[in-house]
Amino acid sequence: MTGGRAGLLALLSHWRRHPGQALTLLLGLALATALWTGVQAINAEARASYDRAASMLDQQGRPVWTRSDGAPVRLDTYVTLRKAGYPLAPVIEGTTRIGGQTVTLLGLDPLSAPILPEADAQNTDGTDGLAAFIGPPGQFFGAPETLARLDQTVAQALVPASDLAPGLLVGDIGTVSRLLDQPDTLSRMIEVTALPAHLPPLTDLAPQLTRSQPDRRAEIAGLTGAFHLNLTAFGFLSFTVGLFIAHGAVGLAFEQRRAMMRTLRALGLPARTLIALMAAELVLFALVAGTLGVLLGYLIAAALLPDVAATLRGLYGAPATGTLSLRPGWIGAGFAMAGLGTTIAAAQSLTRLLRLPILASAQPRAWRLASTRNLRRQAGAAIGLIALSGTLAWLGDGLATGFVLLGALLLGAALLLPPLLAAALARAVKAARRPLPQWFWADSRQQLPGLSLALMALLLALAANIGVSTMVGSFRLAFTDWLDQRLVAEVYVDTGTPEMAMRLRPVLDSAAREVLPRVFHDTRINNHPGAVQALSPAASWRQTWPLLDATPDAWEGLAAGTGAFINEQLHYRQTLALGDEVRIDDTAYTVLGIYPDYGNPSAEALIGLKAFQQQFPEVPIIRFALRMPPGDVAAFSARLRSEYGLPAAQIIDQSALKASGHAVFERTFAITRALNLLTLGVAALAMLTSLLTLSTQRLPQVAPVWALGLQRRHIGALELLRSALLAAMTAVLAIPVGLCLAWVLLAVVNVGAFGWRLPMTVFPGDWIRLTALAILAALAAAALPARKLASQPPVVLMKGFFSDR
Amino acid sequence: MAKILTALPQAIRALVCACLTLVPHALPATAQGFAGMGSDADGFQLPAPGRAFSFPQDHGAHPGFRIEWWYVTANLEDAESRAFGAQWTLFRASLSPDPGEGWTSSQIWFAHAGLTDASRHFTAQRFARGGIGQAGVMAQPFHAWINDWAMIGRDNSAEALDNLQIQARGADFAYDLALAAEGPLVTHGEGGYSVKSPRGQASYYYSQPHYHVTGMLDLPEGPVAVTGTAWLDREWSSQPLAPSQTGWDWFSLHLEDDTKLMVYRLRDAEAADFVPGTHILPDGTAQHIPDGAITLTPEGTAQVAGREIPVRWRIQWPDKGYDLHTAPLNPQSWMDTNVPYWEGPVTVQGSHSGKGYLEMTGYE
Repeated sequence: MTGGRAGLLALLSHWRRHPGQALTLLLGLALATALWTGVQAINAEARASYDRAASMLDQQGRPVWTRSDGAPVRLDTYVTLRKAGYPLAPVIEGTTRIGGQTVTLLGLDPLSAPILPEADAQNTDGTDGLAAFIGPPGQFFGAPETLARLDQTVAQALVPASDLAPGLLVGDIGTVSRLLDQPDTLSRMIEVTALPAHLPPLTDLAPQLTRSQPDRRAEIAGLTGAFHLNLTAFGFLSFTVGLFIAHGAVGLAFEQRRAMMRTLRALGLPARTLIALMAAELVLFALVAGTLGVLLGYLIAAALLPDVAATLRGLYGAPATGTLSLRPGWIGAGFAMAGLGTTIAAAQSLTRLLRLPILASAQPRAWRLASTRNLRRQAGAAIGLIALSGTLAWLGDGLATGFVLLGALLLGAALLLPPLLAAALARAVKAARRPLPQWFWADSRQQLPGLSLALMALLLALAANIGVSTMVGSFRLAFTDWLDQRLVAEVYVDTGTPEMAMRLRPVLDSAAREVLPRVFHDTRINNHPGAVQALSPAASWRQTWPLLDATPDAWEGLAAGTGAFINEQLHYRQTLALGDEVRIDDTAYTVLGIYPDYGNPSAEALIGLKAFQQQFPEVPIIRFALRMPPGDVAAFSARLRSEYGLPAAQIIDQSALKASGHAVFERTFAITRALNLLTLGVAALAMLTSLLTLSTQRLPQVAPVWALGLQRRHIGALELLRSALLAAMTAVLAIPVGLCLAWVLLAVVNVGAFGWRLPMTVFPGDWIRLTALAILAALAAAALPARKLASQPPVVLMKGFFSDR
Repeated sequence: MAKILTALPQAIRALVCACLTLVPHALPATAQGFAGMGSDADGFQLPAPGRAFSFPQDHGAHPGFRIEWWYVTANLEDAESRAFGAQWTLFRASLSPDPGEGWTSSQIWFAHAGLTDASRHFTAQRFARGGIGQAGVMAQPFHAWINDWAMIGRDNSAEALDNLQIQARGADFAYDLALAAEGPLVTHGEGGYSVKSPRGQASYYYSQPHYHVTGMLDLPEGPVAVTGTAWLDREWSSQPLAPSQTGWDWFSLHLEDDTKLMVYRLRDAEAADFVPGTHILPDGTAQHIPDGAITLTPEGTAQVAGREIPVRWRIQWPDKGYDLHTAPLNPQSWMDTNVPYWEGPVTVQGSHSGKGYLEMTGYE
């Protein structure tokens, strides 16, 4: 293997002579890996943290027992069931103000063996855990930021537990029942172990109870899934951008080492060994770049995670922590992606190496010559790919199709860029009348092959930028509009029991401008599980209830009880359209409208209140939406609490909820902007390295122009202008690609993944800003090479004529 | 989840431990009480000598004291003379002297059940909150319960504990036993004031050792009808053992001469062991046996749950000519509860023969 060793040393010597190129390759791979890893790390962390928290909230998916009429469970029911041997744990949950803050209290009984929160600091004196938890005064576990907001008036000891959702305090059920003033009722019961076989039948003990698998986790998963998918798409795009850089560097290194390889082969090194050596070299690069990338990715994730966590919490109520821990999953994924990236970047070069004729002469200009031939082939492939994506968009739906479509579209667009630019430049050469512009365009065209990879990277970065911004922006508009429309009432009151509803109804009627009953019922829709809710066709709903599509007499049909509205999920899932028949339980209705229902994983239909009461007389109406002047809300809820003993948790003021929803999108944008800037930065780096490489080879082209009297300063300025022009042209092409990308994400991927489609909104202002940013990036990338050319000593330029090239 | 999850069982374990050994680790350290003082530094009541029991009230709970238990052990036999042992224990612990109500009650309850034969030992435990009716004890008519386990006074007998039904169920066993008292209640120590250490720690302690038992065991292979004898212990206190007292070895023996013997050894790491007892004559009269009269000597050990446990004992009471040797029905009678201990039926040979129960705590 001495030949191999010598060969490897010879191959590696290239990088010693071209440290810039080595750096480019490493940086490209490392950045690609870093962006991918960073996004994966964020996703993994967020998922892990709300998995942990969700398992506390829903007690690791244990079945939940509640009353089928939605009223709180009576404490004596719980005791009866426990005495009958049912392995249940009680839960009291509610919202109240303590310590100057509005918080959700979750009360658990440690003796009935539920899952309790995890304290951040191990209690060294573990023996006092139970007594301290139960108290008096008892303890509250809460996220550190929640605890930090509480003032000194909280009597309970506060225990930091980062896993918990913000605004949630977990304490002993005794403490919570006292603070929520719920001595005799429970919010729900959790089945802590499987039910033993000998139990007396539930129908004898508590016939009004229902047992259900908790769906909270499913909801969170459905909602946050959209966010994670988008982040992953972003990570993938960034990775592709990085890959272009690496591909460029590997290709260049291969071209420049042709002579060396031929020599090595001529000296008797077998082609196999040579390829093995090249592969070994690449593995080395992949390892170094992977390490760098994972480290960088960690830094990116650590910087972005607090914002992501805040977004997830605010947007979806998904509890996510803002701290990052190393997880083997994304570290492994990082290295795998570095390896994969290296392989993809080098595949072409390695196959070419296999076919390298020993006696072929070194052809430094072969690259450009071949590339004109290649351009045609590339354009053909690009058009094929774009046609494929078009066909998929036309024919297919579903998640897998969506991703294939994305890939084909982006690759096609990237491949199409150089032929398009080449054609545009060729046209410009023809159109130019004076010699200098003619030279400028021709020279730009000459440089295009060397720059095309960097420009492709820039195109992808810009397209990703536009695509993701458009998607997030559309998401924000759709979601906030929807929130405004759906949460039209100022207050939502849950009276808890039918008796309380009877008692409170006159109070509500006199206090509110409009009282809108709210009732949901789990049932079967076209023989599939689903939910139905009743909507009174009152003016408030008519004016604001969002409908994606509706027949002209939709509201009249709803009021008459002949028609139903269905949510978008049901519309897609069962391909129900307006005018179709939908069977709710055993009654047929005509579909009169389709409404957006973002984030709801289940099929749902909506019928008129009268029809609902006729069809489901056994379901009591105990929840109401109230329209009233916003200024009256506080006094009214205080009155309900003090005079009628309604727990604070059962009175919801929507204005606060909305405000926090709006604030959250600002953070989402902050994340998007940060990722956008990083991706653009990578693209700029690709341009810089390409230009640097080209600047060393451009003496033969620049020297004659200089000899004809053009000043070096002028040449440098022209270099800058060229970069800016190419970037601008790329940006212009990136806009439609980005919009297509956004469309695929919103209309194909989202529907496939979550069953709802977001209306797309375009933001032309962003495009101008982005184009400017792209030009700036290109100028920044070109500054150093241009300066280098402009300050080239005349003697070096003179040498251009003596050189045999 | 894991951290507090492990911390809490530890805490429960500490409370169980508190009941078993009278050392409430779970609670703030108390000032050493001494006889005659009404309450300790934390406000709990303390046992005092000379207090007469008042029944049936004293069969119920004493929430002003930190800890209390209702403890039944039964030696049973089926029609083919196969021996079984059953244990049913309800513990009460008070987290604060303020009783509270509803969910804010300071009372917590837990219970252990064991069922032993020559080759198997089944264990189960229950936990419950006080104040909401999930567990508790009513004195008259007698009713002690926790979740689906119960000890119920079957009729309104003059003496509430005379006729009891006890039920417990674990994952793989259950039993339902009817207990009928054939003799009077018995007090230990000085009229029920039972001193636990020469330094003054004490509890209130009485028993009903005279039960005849009939009932059904539910074993994995099917139901088994049994008869036998049972012993009920009632004890409550607020005081810890002396810190150096590490555990105890406790015997309740039904001997063939119709006498019964209760004797225990409180092991002390720094001082001589403390070994008091009670001798119960056939007519039900009880005689306190002061420390030093009886000697308990381990005679053989077994490897149980990874530790060496003295399962065979010699009990010598030279004053009365007793020289007994005990052997376990099942040396592996390990109560694998939050705080583990050894508790199982034993047979007695030597100067007298008989059977009974042995409980050994503190073998960590």
